[in-house]
Amino acid sequence: MSATPRIHTRSESSETVAAAGIGTVKIDVRELNFYYGRFQALKNVSIEIPARQVTAFIGPSGCGKSTLLRTFNRMFEIYPDQRAEGRIVVDGEDILKSRRDVALIRARIGMVFQKPTPFPMSIHENIAFGIRLYEKLSKAEIAVRVESALTRAALWDEVKDKLQQTGTSLSGGQQQRLCIARAVAIKPEIILLDEPCSALDPISTAKVEELIEELKNDYTVVIVTHNMQQAARVSDRTAFMYMGELVEYGPTEGIFTKPARKQTEDYITGRFG
Amino acid sequence: MISRYRRRRLLNAFNLTMAVLATVFGVFWLVWILWTTIRFGAGAVNLALFTRDTPAPGASGGGLRNAFVGSLILLGMAVAIGAPVGVLAGTWLAEFAARRRLGAVVRFLNDILLSAPSIVIGLFAYAIIVDPSGRFSAYSGGVALALILIPVVVRTTDEMLRLVPGSLREAAIALGTPYWKLVTRITWKAAASGILTGILLGIARISGETAPLLFTALNNQFWSTDLGHPIANLPVVIFQFAMSPYSNWQSMAWAGAFIAVAFILLLNLAARMLLGRRRPRA
Repeated sequence: MSATPRIHTRSESSETVAAAGIGTVKIDVRELNFYYGRFQALKNVSIEIPARQVTAFIGPSGCGKSTLLRTFNRMFEIYPDQRAEGRIVVDGEDILKSRRDVALIRARIGMVFQKPTPFPMSIHENIAFGIRLYEKLSKAEIAVRVESALTRAALWDEVKDKLQQTGTSLSGGQQQRLCIARAVAIKPEIILLDEPCSALDPISTAKVEELIEELKNDYTVVIVTHNMQQAARVSDRTAFMYMGELVEYGPTEGIFTKPARKQTEDYITGRFG
Repeated sequence: MISRYRRRRLLNAFNLTMAVLATVFGVFWLVWILWTTIRFGAGAVNLALFTRDTPAPGASGGGLRNAFVGSLILLGMAVAIGAPVGVLAGTWLAEFAARRRLGAVVRFLNDILLSAPSIVIGLFAYAIIVDPSGRFSAYSGGVALALILIPVVVRTTDEMLRLVPGSLREAAIALGTPYWKLVTRITWKAAASGILTGILLGIARISGETAPLLFTALNNQFWSTDLGHPIANLPVVIFQFAMSPYSNWQSMAWAGAFIAVAFILLLNLAARMLLGRRRPRA
């Protein structure tokens, strides 16, 4: 494998939207429409996601929140009948139109899924695999990176003595943190979390939530969650989606205490969804 | 209410009895076959079987050494050709053509090949290799066996890879993994024990094939490892010796059959152990 130099543009090029009070915009979604075959799953969604904050997407099943998340790293492209129209600008570049290798886009945007997805290899290899995709490092350098990634994911102390065991030997919560470590290890700028706690017990959930709190110091975190308490606990800004549309978006506290739209209020008070 | 419940219980007992009887009927023959093979075969196994070559008609003594070695050579050739082709084709089906029409067509054709009579495969190998080259040869037999092995391996590889959860693929793609690397480093690994099991079961399947060897590898009374010439092999030797009037040949055929059954049993056990140890995660 050739060592591809990592393109590491920080967010200088992004416009600053001081008026909206959200600091630097990291992901700027403009008039995004998304289709599964003929079914339109996202309708004209525009949203600005701030850098180094946690943005949560909530809404009932099928509202399009996961779909939206999966456009940010062009994950939908592996399925031939799915397509997106519109613009998703990350650091000044429209990633939907980008001519660059999609792997370079995905290198900047990590993703963690609903179910833990450790690769069928050792804990060490699970982390090293991603690093080696982009960098040619010595064994010692890899070991350092693996340790720092596992430390970031608050997993190092639990696995440091069994790095050669398979990733699947860990508990569900540990596996999920391993996946977060794997995403962090390749030094992304954005981390997408697609219901990362829905398969975890409460204690593991608490650990992952603590971790999310930590991560926002360095990364832009976008989380999709079914759990409204979770959105309220971990996020700085919350977006409520319904039937493929972005209904309301603002600071989390505002959304949960004084929602502007009736639909949002109905949802967060449990009247539907 | 009560009578209805009783009726239900009776019906249940009846169906259960029939199911058990059917199972016993099936297993009965299997056990009988195994027993007969052991009864006539195990006693005829001796050291000479592995150290001497097949005897001339009427001659006493001798063994099956050339047939064992010939069969192993044929199996080796079949695996060398069939396993890589089968695994790669199965990979194409599962990973690259899963949602395409062409994939469905190829999968269907492969299923036809899977159930093709082995004598047809043998005839085919005869027509494309033996006839043009002008003589029976070990490699034509190897090709015929490979053609039987390929669809088995394609099928299991395809199925085992499709058991690998899509979330694992998505996770690798989200890291920016190129597709070929995803396949070779992750999905193959996740399905490795299943794919290997498929190959082992395929070997078990072809190790007893006689029909395709009759007019390809033919047979050879003497020791030979020359791939360009006819080669001795266990199934055809069993066939000829069992049909012969010589009692030492007949008992040697039983010994060969016993060894063949033991070999297949071992392969199946190995396959079970492999598959039991690590299934693709769901």
